[in-house]
Amino acid sequence: MNLKSLLMASALALPAFAAQAEPVKIGFMATLSGPSAALGVHMRNGFQLGMKELGNTLGGQPAEVIVVDDELKPDVGVAKAKGLIERDKVDVLTGIVFSNVMMAVSKVANDAGTITISTNAGPSPLAGKGCTANFFQISTQNDMNHEVMGKYAQDKGFKRVVLMAPNYQAGKDALAGFKRFYKGEVVDEMFTQLGQLDFSAEIAKISAASPDAIFTFMPGGMGVALVKQYDQAGLSKKIPFLSAFTVDETTLPATKEAAEGMFSGAQWAPNLDNAENKAFVAAYEKEFGAPPSLYASQGYDLAKLLDGALKATGGKVSDKAALRDAIAKAPFKSVRGAFKFNRNGFPVQDQFVVKAVKRADGQFVTESVAKVFTAHQDAYVGECPLK
Amino acid sequence: MSSTLFLLQLLNGLQFGMVLFLVAAGLTLVFGVMDFINLAHGVQYTLGAYLTALCVAKFGHFGLGLVAGLLGALILGYVLEWLLFGVLMHRSHLEQVLGTFGVILVVTDGLKMLFGPAPLPLAVPEAFQWSVRLTPTLVYPAWRLAIMLAGVVLALVLWWLVAKTRLGMLVRAGSTDRETVSALGVNIDKLFRLVFAFGAVLAAFAGAMAGPLISIEPTMGDNILILAFVVIVVGGIGSVRGAFFAAILIGVVDTLGRAFLTGWLAGLVGKPAAASVGPALASMLIYILMALVLAVRPQGLFAGAGGK
Repeated sequence: MNLKSLLMASALALPAFAAQAEPVKIGFMATLSGPSAALGVHMRNGFQLGMKELGNTLGGQPAEVIVVDDELKPDVGVAKAKGLIERDKVDVLTGIVFSNVMMAVSKVANDAGTITISTNAGPSPLAGKGCTANFFQISTQNDMNHEVMGKYAQDKGFKRVVLMAPNYQAGKDALAGFKRFYKGEVVDEMFTQLGQLDFSAEIAKISAASPDAIFTFMPGGMGVALVKQYDQAGLSKKIPFLSAFTVDETTLPATKEAAEGMFSGAQWAPNLDNAENKAFVAAYEKEFGAPPSLYASQGYDLAKLLDGALKATGGKVSDKAALRDAIAKAPFKSVRGAFKFNRNGFPVQDQFVVKAVKRADGQFVTESVAKVFTAHQDAYVGECPLK
Repeated sequence: MSSTLFLLQLLNGLQFGMVLFLVAAGLTLVFGVMDFINLAHGVQYTLGAYLTALCVAKFGHFGLGLVAGLLGALILGYVLEWLLFGVLMHRSHLEQVLGTFGVILVVTDGLKMLFGPAPLPLAVPEAFQWSVRLTPTLVYPAWRLAIMLAGVVLALVLWWLVAKTRLGMLVRAGSTDRETVSALGVNIDKLFRLVFAFGAVLAAFAGAMAGPLISIEPTMGDNILILAFVVIVVGGIGSVRGAFFAAILIGVVDTLGRAFLTGWLAGLVGKPAAASVGPALASMLIYILMALVLAVRPQGLFAGAGGK
């Protein structure tokens, strides 16, 4: 099933010269079905909000967005990416939540010479040796938010920590990212089953070890279960809970009070103090009736980046090199504040520790409490041969 | 490894086993007694959690929400039985698998369309927001104790129903020889509908009780269904007693494996090797156990021991 939404601007409303113009075509791929769909839905919401504010134009040109669902399956992602590139002839391929899908799709896009802007997935091979001029990443390299937590634990003087992640590649990468900046003692490293429901055994071990803090990467439903059980075991008040991609606005509606006071690494938070962010958060809440998440902010930034780049090329997409150079300059104001692309196409940006709090209106959101890194770059850029 | 930690992990295993038992009990009755493979049994678990979460949010009271949620799950289960399972009952196993698998897909996507892919909130009821202190560092949440207690009580009720009542006698007879019981003038379809409804409510209850512990999302029933099948295969298909002991066995083996296997292996093969092998082996333990049971005693641990 092809979730195809056409956001075509009415050509009638535009000046005469634009009436004949071919719309700019943007392919947007995300995981929109299955148990992990919440992230993709937030990301799409953010992007569509950005497009709506732009009147469905990019750089003054009418734009057509084609949304497809990769179902979190690399083969489906590849098939649909080929459809977007060969049949729909999209000018830019965007979106993609999960790294395994991105690894498969990036090869297809690169072979076809299609400019790709990842809106969430940031696997290390694409930042290091496998970097290409056509690939951009607008959120974070996967390790960066784990590095934030490692640095934070180090700065806080936590001497003993317990680490926990699901037993798969992203879980192992998360712990490696944490340890890159944490130099204290790792009391225990626990790998859990992917999709695990009950964490009582792990929680009892944490409790018995009584470390200064725990760090975990437990995305989606696993994180919801862990947060609830951690809180019920009475640990959330005793042992600080540090995490990444675990406690955010996609899971807070389910965990509510249980997650209050838990820390995460992030490049954005709803309370970041800049005009763009205030406008974004207000508009998002008005449109969707709930606070935006990290993923929504990335989708929104994507729309603004595309608009800025097309303004710079005068609305032209035919000259790929010119469009690429325009994107590389990141000609937009990110809702996260300072933002630029590194030579590998990945972000250089500030990174924060955020805390889950209950807002006065009863909504649960994350709130930035400290800036951990200023103009932080990923650990793999050194391996990238691009200049 | 302190003895208190071991005791705590044992409790964790027992509690996990109780949730498994509540799901497996219905599955084993339906499978063993009606010879009906119901892959959609996990759906009842999901519906129980969803309806309870929605009703608790509406009424603001856990007990009230639980009762309303279970009632809703019962009605939906009955509708499913009436619409589909009654027809599938007399078909081949393959058609039952296909039909009930279809139900999983429809319900999962239906829930996603209605409530979105994000998990629903459900907190532990206030009366249970305390914990038992075992040692200065180790505590045990009251809600997990409540689940254990509920599991034991329901197991006793089930045992009494199956072993001591006329209804139970009919169910046992029906599982041995359906035609003869039918020929004796018992309305076998009505009996099966009753068994099915009972199993559905047990699974819904398990979902509702587990709701405050886990993430309430459309696919939550899929994971538990596989474990429930492991339980009934190990325990012996159709045996409620088998399901009870097998559920505890699976719960304890799984929990203790996750808690201690890696540490224990580290003493045997060294820390780095244990760190990579331990977690993988721990998640395989219950399947290894099932394979062993199938090799040594293919009918299951409690089948044929008069343990219906």
